[in-house]
Amino acid sequence: MSVSGGHAPKSASLSTEMAADAPPPPDVRPSRLILILCSFGAACGLALALAFEWTQPRIDAHQAMLTEAAVREVLRGPDHFTPLYVSGGTLTATAPAGADPAKLDRVFVGYDQSGKAIGFAIPASGPGFQDNLKLIFGYDPATEQLIGMKLVDQRETPGIGDRIEKDLAFVQEFAGPRTPIEGVKAGRGQGNAHAVDMITGATISSRAVIAIINKRVQALAPALQNYTQQQGGAR
Amino acid sequence: MTATRAIEDFVDPIWRNNPTFVQMLGMCPTMAVTNTVINGFSMGVTTTFVLVGSAFFVSLFRKSVPNEVRITTSILVIAAFTSLADMFVAALAPTIYKALGAFIALIVANCVLLGRMEAFAQKRPVGRSVLDSLGTGIGFTLGLSCVSAVREILGNGTFAGIHLFGPHFQPMLIFMLPPGGFLALGFWLLFLSYLKARKKGHRRVRLWPVVVTRRKVAA
Repeated sequence: MSVSGGHAPKSASLSTEMAADAPPPPDVRPSRLILILCSFGAACGLALALAFEWTQPRIDAHQAMLTEAAVREVLRGPDHFTPLYVSGGTLTATAPAGADPAKLDRVFVGYDQSGKAIGFAIPASGPGFQDNLKLIFGYDPATEQLIGMKLVDQRETPGIGDRIEKDLAFVQEFAGPRTPIEGVKAGRGQGNAHAVDMITGATISSRAVIAIINKRVQALAPALQNYTQQQGGAR
Repeated sequence: MTATRAIEDFVDPIWRNNPTFVQMLGMCPTMAVTNTVINGFSMGVTTTFVLVGSAFFVSLFRKSVPNEVRITTSILVIAAFTSLADMFVAALAPTIYKALGAFIALIVANCVLLGRMEAFAQKRPVGRSVLDSLGTGIGFTLGLSCVSAVREILGNGTFAGIHLFGPHFQPMLIFMLPPGGFLALGFWLLFLSYLKARKKGHRRVRLWPVVVTRRKVAA
């Protein structure tokens, strides 16, 4: 009690001193400040909206081009391919109503010249060594084999982890192995149909790619099998 | 505020007051995106765009914006131009956008920008402010290009993607990794202060370690 009583006058005198030193109140009315900030905000917002209108189609077009190139690469050059939408454990050829097709979970089914399905190109992502890895891989549910793999986005260490994208010998490892794939030391996978040779020195990044693919295949396998059987039955 | 000529406003920040090597501003992109010359140069050009655009508008409205909201409006204008730059680079140069990633959005936090707005564009006419920003942007681009040239040549054996050495070149990987940014900048600063000491007449000045002891004696 005595402590607070002793402090009260002190703080009061301090605040009066500070009030005396403080600059005079601004001679600008708050309404003017609000008006200025609002008009700057509105002008900036308008500029951004216009720029967005102009740039977004170009960004989307580029993205679509990249996706197409990646699908063609991991399916080893299909004649043509179509997107399928993953919803509730099944694959549908048409997007559910009201949803943006580009934002849905998609896989691509590729066909050869005779119109026979040769496999699925499946985008997947998951944690790498430094950031999320985005990749796309080709998968044939009939033989449970991978067809190919391509990294779409990675921020692994230059010269070390980024070999998962740039080391063609490693990328080539993903043509043919049966799922679930398992990473082995280079050269130790002779006779093992599931083996993928990992990169020495980039173990974590290599394992990340393998884990992402296995997880995605496991999650999608039933849906892919169902879809293939339905299509086969229809023919 | 000393009166300067227009040409000085433009030329001074390019070399004598270089934002990277002399003012030591904008160190975040200097470390982060200088692993290849193309990245460093593109980052410099993008920053120049934001600088010139914001300086124009900040200077244009300098008399109608009261002091109380001065910094707020500057940041608002810088943020708007940064977002514009982000969208334009994504639309026009997607590969560069992929390489620069989040660092384009971080231009808004680059102290070169607010520094030029506060120190120059708030007080001077539009033409002068644009000249000053353009000079600062060119100086910044020059700084980033210099740092990234060292890193790319030593760390990857290439300059702007062109292979300089034969297939037996063993790259110094550390220059591609984050520490390389610090090393390359340090070597540039050492080299530039060596040049400066030479210019001042210290003819016998030698590189490390002698330069260090001499400096102590001089001080």
